[in-house]
Amino acid sequence: MAIPLTGQIINLCASLLLLIAFAMLSQRRILSLINLFALQGLVLSVSTAVVAYSSHQHHLYFSAALTLVLKVIVLPAILHRLIRRLNVRWDVETMFNIPTTMLIGIALVVFAFNLAAPISQMAGTITKSTLGIALACVLLSFLMMITRSKAVPQVVGFLSMENGLFFAATSATYGMPMVVELGIALDVLIGMFILGIFFFQIRAAFDSLDLRHMEKLKED
Amino acid sequence: MTVSAVFYQLFQNVLVLLAAPLLMGWIAQCRAWLQNRRGAGVLQPYRNLLKLFHKDAVLAHDASQLFLFTPYILFACMWLAAALVPVIATDMPLSSAVDVIALVGIFALARVFISLAAMDIGTAFGSLGARREMLVGFLAEPALLMVLFTASTISQSTSLITIVEVLAHKQFVLYPSLAFASVAFVMVLLAENARIPVDNPSTHLELTMIHEAMVLEYSARHLALVEWAGALKMLAYMTMGIALFVPWGIAATGKWHALPLAVALMLLKLAVGGAGLALLETLSAKMRIFRVPEFMGTAFLLAVLGLLTHFLLEA
Repeated sequence: MAIPLTGQIINLCASLLLLIAFAMLSQRRILSLINLFALQGLVLSVSTAVVAYSSHQHHLYFSAALTLVLKVIVLPAILHRLIRRLNVRWDVETMFNIPTTMLIGIALVVFAFNLAAPISQMAGTITKSTLGIALACVLLSFLMMITRSKAVPQVVGFLSMENGLFFAATSATYGMPMVVELGIALDVLIGMFILGIFFFQIRAAFDSLDLRHMEKLKED
Repeated sequence: MTVSAVFYQLFQNVLVLLAAPLLMGWIAQCRAWLQNRRGAGVLQPYRNLLKLFHKDAVLAHDASQLFLFTPYILFACMWLAAALVPVIATDMPLSSAVDVIALVGIFALARVFISLAAMDIGTAFGSLGARREMLVGFLAEPALLMVLFTASTISQSTSLITIVEVLAHKQFVLYPSLAFASVAFVMVLLAENARIPVDNPSTHLELTMIHEAMVLEYSARHLALVEWAGALKMLAYMTMGIALFVPWGIAATGKWHALPLAVALMLLKLAVGGAGLALLETLSAKMRIFRVPEFMGTAFLLAVLGLLTHFLLEA
């Protein structure tokens, strides 16, 4: 096998990301969900740093550091604070049929792998084979947002989708330009603040964070 | 096949037979330590076996021959399985028989017989335990096969010897697919060996027990054999996990001088594995029986993901 060690580490990180995505999909507890999200950020940061080292793209070190600070420390800290303030720290979500969700997840993974196969054949980067996994992570986060009804898990799903997109960018083209990355990082941070405020508004209006209550807002 | 190879096969057979209760004792001791108890010592399983062998067997009036023979069949199956898994060296006379599918078949054979024996007496607990065991087993088996197939696709062979040789002696490569497979394997190990998230090995509460419900009617030497078989099954699974995921240090073909080191490394790995298992059991709570399909489904999906990532990243 001719993959160099750095490539192997990146592949390992990629599969860890996929594993974490599935763990998030099946996680019932909000607290563990946030910890998983922090772990996902950490793995992402490590893999970005390894890509930077192996491809000598110095701006990727900044992306890795940014990921580490923002997605491993700041965002989980905000989320922890939020769930403490909202008093949903020990909430357990009742989800319908996890095995079915997981089976759909597997189908999504197969779909993403097939979709990415022709693209990654054309790419010349060291990370080309991980594009399928990045796509799968994005789709799995989508699925997570669809299957959850509570507000906080949906936001975690949204954030982990951003992680997947970031990973896709790193694996397909060695990352986006720094300006774009900084912009997205800021957007995510601001989005988190706004959503945090929304949580309180939603709870004040409906007495619950269950988003199904919002269907009442529809006009018949 | 040389004389020394036969000698080492016999050595392994005796070694696994004697080491299996020690492993169970070690796991129990680790659990005791983790729960701030002193524990009964690592030799307690031997004392239990000795005690059971000295007692007189009590048999139900309705017991058929099947019930009598099952402990022996169970013991033979598990001993064979534990002896087949390459523990310390890859050059064994029985190595041509070590096919992963055959290994799963041996476990299945044992499961069929113990379930039949449990239903043979006709008590409610027996058939309840047998049904639950079959439920767990039929969910765990495909997951185990998928884990083994992941390792097989890497080494292009279903022979456990070839798998170990490819993984242990070739150039070191990180296999992401094996990361998935190892998580799935641990879940299967917990389910198949009646450990805590799936079954509690030390409970006799009728609502929760699975394995214990099946062997409730056994006593004395029959019970001793059943328990010893359980220990051998645990050892077989542990060594299988070691062979698949951390095979380094196993003695290669013809290198008999590497054997003492291989034995020491194997004992070390088993000790670490046992302690890890005890930690896992202490940290997790027993789940409801209806959550078990979900648990095993997750194991199966992880193993399938392992196969998929193998084709994406490593092919």
